[in-house]
Amino acid sequence: MKFAVIVFPGSNCDIDMFHAIKDELGAEAEYVWHDTESLDEFDGILLPGGFSYGDYLRSGAIARFSNVMKEVVKAAEAGKPILGVCNGFQVLLEAGLLPGAMRRNETLKFICRPVQLKVENRETMFTSSYQEQEEIMIPIAHGEGNYYCDEQTLAQLKENKQIVFTYSGTNPNGSLEDIAGIVNKKGNVLGMMPHPERAVDELLGGADGLKLFQSIVKNWREAHVVNA
Amino acid sequence: MYKVKVFITLRESVLDPQGSVVKNSLHSLNYNEVSDVRIGKYMELTVEKTERNIEEVVKEMCERLLANVVIEDYRFEIEEAVAQ
Repeated sequence: MKFAVIVFPGSNCDIDMFHAIKDELGAEAEYVWHDTESLDEFDGILLPGGFSYGDYLRSGAIARFSNVMKEVVKAAEAGKPILGVCNGFQVLLEAGLLPGAMRRNETLKFICRPVQLKVENRETMFTSSYQEQEEIMIPIAHGEGNYYCDEQTLAQLKENKQIVFTYSGTNPNGSLEDIAGIVNKKGNVLGMMPHPERAVDELLGGADGLKLFQSIVKNWREAHVVNA
Repeated sequence: MYKVKVFITLRESVLDPQGSVVKNSLHSLNYNEVSDVRIGKYMELTVEKTERNIEEVVKEMCERLLANVVIEDYRFEIEEAVAQ
């Protein structure tokens, strides 16, 4: 399975993401610049954190119009797994691949620390290696992670089990219903504020994020590799 | 040529944390008559005339890029500018 790590001007978690895939997970990964015309050769797409285009206008608002995003939409329609972390989540929201929007953190502060999450739905291609309701520690690092959507959208998210991760300790940013990560209706696009790629090695404080990447690969192999 | 002024604020239904903090600061300066503060963005666009209706074009720009209509409201003013 081959992953694309999309790099926008201002992405700054791309190297962590690449490291997580290549060195910790042991899968193939390549950096892909934002003006790339095709993602056909990749099986999974990763949108890393950072400050694409300096967060000008709104986080993710400019990146959403880059060339590669047309390809990301195509890949989403084709059912490929797409993971957006932090700024990557914001880009997915701006692109309309996930519903809702981000507000500034309730405290107005940039928050950077490990937080406790609960796996609310393990029946996704991103979370099947976790236990139902498993509590995990993953770091966050954001100033705008205060998830918002209207009531109707929230009802749909609940009905379709699209809320995948919630903050189970103190809600760090004020997000609606403690939401930390959601998938699209089809289940192949995940956006999350916490950084699983920063939690892939016990030496660096924890490896709870690794199961997320392992889930993607496991599910992909089961679907695409004979005798997997 | 048009001068377009675009005002973007968080929707009424969306809590504006910056606005609340500024309101509290105004209260601490004894401006207790302030009951609400909403912080937003202001943009000035200079737009060439085309065959398309300017109102329609600006609305489209707001909806597609300038505002995120999930959480933001926008309004705009259009002035016809005389070329210098």
